[in-house]
Amino acid sequence: MEFFKIKKDIPFMRHALAFNVVSLVTFLLAVFFLFSRGLHLSVEFTGGTVMHVTYSQPVEIEGVRNAVTALGYNDVQVQNFGTARDLTIRLPVVKGVSTAQQSDKVIAALNALPDAAQNPVTLRSTEFVGPQVGDELVEGGLKALGFVVLGIMVYLAFRFEWKFAVAAIVANLHDVVIILGFFAFFQWEFSLAVLAAVLAVLGYSVNESVVIFDRIRENFRRLRKLNTVQVIDNAITSTISRTIITHGCTQVMVLSMLLFGGETLHYFALALTIGICFGIYSSVFVAAAIAMWLGIKREDLIKGPKRDIDPNDPNSGAVV
Amino acid sequence: MNRYPAWKYALILVVLLIGVVYTLPNFFGESPAVQVSSGKATLKLDTPTLQRVEEVLKSADLKPTAISFDGNSIKARFTTTDEQLKAKDALQRALIPNADEPSYIVALNLLSSTPQWLTSLHAAPMYLGLDLRGGVHFLMQVDMSAALTKKAESLSGDIRTLLREKGIRHSGISRNGQTVEVNARDAQTAEAAKNAISDAFPDLNVVQTPTGAEFKLSATLKPIAASKEQEAALKQNISTLHNRINELGVAEPVIQQQGLDRIVVQLPGVQDTAKAKDILGRTATLEIRMVDESPEARGAERGDGAVPFGDERFLDKNSQPVIVKKQVLLTGDNLTDAQPGFESQTQEPTVNLTLDAKGARIFRDVTRDNVGKRMAIILFEKGKGEVVTAPVIRSEIGGGRVQISGRMTAMEATDESLLLRSGSLAAPMEIIEEQTIGPTLGAENIAKGFHSVSWGFMVIVIFMCLYYLVFGVISSVSLGVNLLLLVAVLSMLQATLTLPGIAAMALALGMAIDSNVLINERVREELRQGAAPQTAIHAGYDRAWATILDSNITTLIAGLALLAFGSGSVRGFAVVHCIGILTSMFSAVFFSRGLVNLWYGTRKKLKSVRIGTVWMG
Repeated sequence: MEFFKIKKDIPFMRHALAFNVVSLVTFLLAVFFLFSRGLHLSVEFTGGTVMHVTYSQPVEIEGVRNAVTALGYNDVQVQNFGTARDLTIRLPVVKGVSTAQQSDKVIAALNALPDAAQNPVTLRSTEFVGPQVGDELVEGGLKALGFVVLGIMVYLAFRFEWKFAVAAIVANLHDVVIILGFFAFFQWEFSLAVLAAVLAVLGYSVNESVVIFDRIRENFRRLRKLNTVQVIDNAITSTISRTIITHGCTQVMVLSMLLFGGETLHYFALALTIGICFGIYSSVFVAAAIAMWLGIKREDLIKGPKRDIDPNDPNSGAVV
Repeated sequence: MNRYPAWKYALILVVLLIGVVYTLPNFFGESPAVQVSSGKATLKLDTPTLQRVEEVLKSADLKPTAISFDGNSIKARFTTTDEQLKAKDALQRALIPNADEPSYIVALNLLSSTPQWLTSLHAAPMYLGLDLRGGVHFLMQVDMSAALTKKAESLSGDIRTLLREKGIRHSGISRNGQTVEVNARDAQTAEAAKNAISDAFPDLNVVQTPTGAEFKLSATLKPIAASKEQEAALKQNISTLHNRINELGVAEPVIQQQGLDRIVVQLPGVQDTAKAKDILGRTATLEIRMVDESPEARGAERGDGAVPFGDERFLDKNSQPVIVKKQVLLTGDNLTDAQPGFESQTQEPTVNLTLDAKGARIFRDVTRDNVGKRMAIILFEKGKGEVVTAPVIRSEIGGGRVQISGRMTAMEATDESLLLRSGSLAAPMEIIEEQTIGPTLGAENIAKGFHSVSWGFMVIVIFMCLYYLVFGVISSVSLGVNLLLLVAVLSMLQATLTLPGIAAMALALGMAIDSNVLINERVREELRQGAAPQTAIHAGYDRAWATILDSNITTLIAGLALLAFGSGSVRGFAVVHCIGILTSMFSAVFFSRGLVNLWYGTRKKLKSVRIGTVWMG
């Protein structure tokens, strides 16, 4: 079996401008939604209480919401969680009230509803996070992001060259922003697990760019007749089959999580899916193009051997 | 060129063997067990207790598959739940004659049924996180500034005593936040006080600040001493929590320090959060009351006559009754410290108590009025009080420093001070994170995680085998080895497996296949360019290696960042993620090359390799 029979190098870079415009537009849209709608942060970040309850029969959300609101909470969210029998109830942080009291009160209120006898409710799980933890998570998340960006840039600058480092980071940060944009647009819940997924995606799609950069470096060494654009085209073309297959395999795993992992892993898998799809796009079309705009040259990557045969150097070939 | 020296194969075999051994315990599951632990802080389990448990089981005609004693609890494992229940009944009957005053806790538990030979290799299954087994999780924040304030409070008392002893006439000592301020009328007194304080308390930093006509000294704890103080406060809180949680009879509680000022408490299997929180948050389990010395009370103490009105009867360590008044003089809240020590003249072992300012004042008044009488220190556990000690008051005690001496061994003094310390928290705590997971939810999460990994794994294996044929099979085996090693390393580290951890496992496998795809594509490419099969394999692996290394390192950087800055579940994810990357380097490159070499490397005249269609341009 062989999926990719490509005779000639595909001239990706001819359309580089178009790709970059598409990226820019998506990026700006993502930023726009991030600012206009904001992220729907999970209780881990905002602080508050989340309760998961199960009914023995499907239940009207409205009735539950009214019962909980009647307890005096202003901002109560009640949502279905997977099935019509499972509900998620989110309560804001209330000063001076312990969570045990909160969840007990809510369960008592739900049991006091008229149809509670036929349709009893059970508490599946509760989660309470104090407000101080949320701030720390945001801080930790930003630190982690900073560390990843810096770490990867230093490594790539050391292994390749600063232009590649910049290109890879710009391309992949744009993935991250786009994932966040999706979460903002659809108001999906942004939890700690999603944050982990986003950072994992950052590492993962940089890895994708690295594979292409590696090939570009190798091509600069081997295919001396080609110019920079041709070298890049050839590098992308010859790695495209690996790119698709690898991402396909990773996506299979993520899809499996999306299908079987249940609610807990749902958004985690969703973030990974978007990350993987845009990871391919950005590595293939964006990273290489940015590297091209930044003006990568053969000389940038193969300094050592190049200097040895520099024709302008009068001391060329002289060895002490 | 495609041959491994024998040592490399040997290395692969050894690694595989270790992988299998340490992964194995995860497959044995758990078997029913009965756990016996101490029900009272005053009672310690020891080898005679173990023998007694063994005897009880023997006389009940029960044969545990294993019985172990780990210092804190005795665990006996059985094959069936029926036996387990019988054993629990038998032990309960034998060890707890009086159900109202249980000195032992006999609880049902699940123990890993890993065979002995594996356990002796320290091979144990991964620990399941709360989201997989159900239970409650608390994260508590210790109020460190309160601990320091408490310390400053007791220091101001100490300084007052010191200056009085030295005859230095100050004009007032007060505590301002975490600073102790001493006022003096003239520079000489201030200087003398400063020297005296610096000599007596090397942990204090004393600065003189002239304010108008007065001379003021500000004494603050040095940073090292302050951090020591905080550490001690955290330790005491943890041990207090341990004692309280013992009351809940939880099989395997986790009580750990997290960061500098936080404590994680995880109680697997506990569903009643309200009760758990009630017990964790309880203060003052220690009370100081006067012993009733009236003839009626003496009579009741001896056993003839009823307990007088307004009194209560408690037992001491030796089960001797003590009749004390109901009025509570002091609680554990007023006790800042309790340490074992020695009497300076008689060298008798003592227990030294330190009270806070309020406690010291009350104590002084009480002791002045009650010289010659006894006072009882009562520790409450499960609502039941036990008299830890009932010393006679010899004289008025001021300054909040109390020395209890007489008829104690050094060991007893140590135990007693520990008990007294555990009666109170060194600093108040607040629950800042709480999670309850129902047991069915835990089981569902395990199933979900397992399905995610297994279905994804299967699809990848089928695809790889179809697309790359023999090389695909080799890649699939490598992927399997990767999973094996990942589980083995996690088991070796005794990591806690959580649902995000399982997700990371799935993701690690999805990413690990990348290395094999890179290699296989490279080999195909070499073949496409007309290289001989053996050369193609060699060049393919060689050239792919640089790329694999680069891409894995960038992924590892992201993983390390998560590990360093993440918390809780993200950490669990990051650990698996990082280990997955490392094991994949071994399995996808070193191990798969070994298989390829074994399969193709020995053939001298290799015409073709089965790596799927190599389309010739």
